[in-house]
Amino acid sequence: MSESGYADAQPRMGFFTDTSVCIGCKACEVACKEWNLVPAAGDASDMDLLGLSYDNTGDLGANSWRHVAFVEQQVPASRVDNLGMPAIGAPEQEDEAGVRWLMSSDVCKHCTHAACLDVCPTGALFRTEFDTVVVQPDICNGCGYCVPACPYGVIEKREEDGRAFKCTLCYDRIGDGLEPACAQACPTDSIQYGELDELRERAELRKQALHDDGVTEARLYGDDPDDGVGGDGAFFLLLDEPEAYGLPPDPVVTTRDLPAMWRRAGAAALGVAAAVVASFAGARR
Amino acid sequence: MSREQAMVAPAESRSYYGRPIVKEPAWEQPDVPLYLFLGGTAGASASMAALARATGLPRLARTGTLVAAGGSLASVVALIHDLGRPERFLYMLRVFKPTSPLSVGSWILAPFSALATASAASTLTGRLGPLGTLAGAGTGLLGPAMCTYTAVLLADTATPAWHEGRRELPVLFAGSAAASGAGAALLLVPTTETAPARRLGLAGAAAERAAGHRLEHDLGVVSETYRTGRAGTLLKAGKALTAVGAGLSLLGGRSRLASAAAGAAYLAAGVCTRFGVFAAGVASARDPKYTVIPQRERMARNTKGAPAARGRPS
Ligand code: SF4
Repeated sequence: MSESGYADAQPRMGFFTDTSVCIGCKACEVACKEWNLVPAAGDASDMDLLGLSYDNTGDLGANSWRHVAFVEQQVPASRVDNLGMPAIGAPEQEDEAGVRWLMSSDVCKHCTHAACLDVCPTGALFRTEFDTVVVQPDICNGCGYCVPACPYGVIEKREEDGRAFKCTLCYDRIGDGLEPACAQACPTDSIQYGELDELRERAELRKQALHDDGVTEARLYGDDPDDGVGGDGAFFLLLDEPEAYGLPPDPVVTTRDLPAMWRRAGAAALGVAAAVVASFAGARR
Repeated sequence: MSREQAMVAPAESRSYYGRPIVKEPAWEQPDVPLYLFLGGTAGASASMAALARATGLPRLARTGTLVAAGGSLASVVALIHDLGRPERFLYMLRVFKPTSPLSVGSWILAPFSALATASAASTLTGRLGPLGTLAGAGTGLLGPAMCTYTAVLLADTATPAWHEGRRELPVLFAGSAAASGAGAALLLVPTTETAPARRLGLAGAAAERAAGHRLEHDLGVVSETYRTGRAGTLLKAGKALTAVGAGLSLLGGRSRLASAAAGAAYLAAGVCTRFGVFAAGVASARDPKYTVIPQRERMARNTKGAPAARGRPS
């Protein structure tokens, strides 16, 4: 049995998003919307520029199942890649400050221990045979509990619909042997789809290669099966701390603490019972 | 490492243009805070009513029974109203899932409100005698669970103020529910029968204050969300109203007016407390620092010099 409860007939599938080769083209966002028929994010005002570098999506949500983050950073000019573009004017001073962009296509992590799935009271959220986490729209009653439960802020209620939506890892495609729409559209193979074990090996090699090239800030995120969510089915190679990309540095599945919480609530309930009984004992003034 | 030392480390936390990391609770106000308040008040009232019936305090029993039924039915309505697909509310009982406090809660709320309604019907019509008493006893037994399961409902999220407050919230909700249940009795029952309610109110107020103090001071940076903004205002109002309620119930003697005022103060305090806790959760989800700093502190505590904290270059 795998950790998530399925017998090992089908290997676990996932995403490895190597942000070091993301060029910020947003093909993944578009392909996802087209394949999954994800509506535009609400009214026309949502089409406004956000003023967050080139990011006009903002965050993951009911209507954004892939989100390309553009992290715009001031760095010493020596750290800006020279693309060999023709320039006008005097050559720049070496010590002048430059700008670098970190681009990263974020997505549902398909957690090994998924809080959204744990707290769903109807069973609408379920774990597939690929070890991914999917909402069944015909069961969801829009209670919204999964929304604050997700430690990554991924899943969201679609206002005009009332139900919760998020990435399905293209459940309808991978069952037919196709790769998810975003991975297929990605021109640089920043988004890689495959068997999770193999992706983890590949990611480790990639990180090592980057370290050997002197990119020491390269790190894997969500690859560790011992982390607070038991490892992510969709994990990342990042070039800065997770919070710079809007990712939590040490997410924990909230239900890890649930037994302790129930014990606490049980004790408090006994306290109420005791207080009520005690208040009826003694003088009846 | 002590909490204070650990807090020094991340002087400021980084973020993606200051945007939130976790999503705000998708629950609406006033639906869900009212659902918390009404359920707790109903639970404490039901337990009081059951004991009042057994100890021969008919008016306290009658009022408690009616408040339990009215409160729990209203709380069901608030919950259904908050659903994105209200017509599917029965899907809540499709499965029983111990990992979902909302599933467990539905399985507490559904029998509680059914039994409370039966008991109230029997009280109002004078029919069903022993069956009505049995239903009342059943609600009385479920009452304490009604008071505290909602604390787990909130704490079992990634919302920093609620998850970090998971040890305190059950006590806070237990105390607040007891005080609100007592408040309803003080407001509606003649003083000849309110002695138990007076005592329960004081016990609830004490528990609520103790837990509230810990929420406001012991959760590191997250405690800010309980002290400032809308939450801070509401919780301060709740604190003051609880003190007024407790004071009036102690000093008001046998005055019916003082007793009723004490009851009203307790009930208003309960409303403020529930809305305040909800507001603290919303505020803590909006600012990413409340997500990042506690996690960074935990990482620093856990690794203590060990290499390769997650998300760091290794
Ligand atoms: S990232 Fe959030 S929505 Fe995705 S599986 Fe994990 S808890 Fe669920």
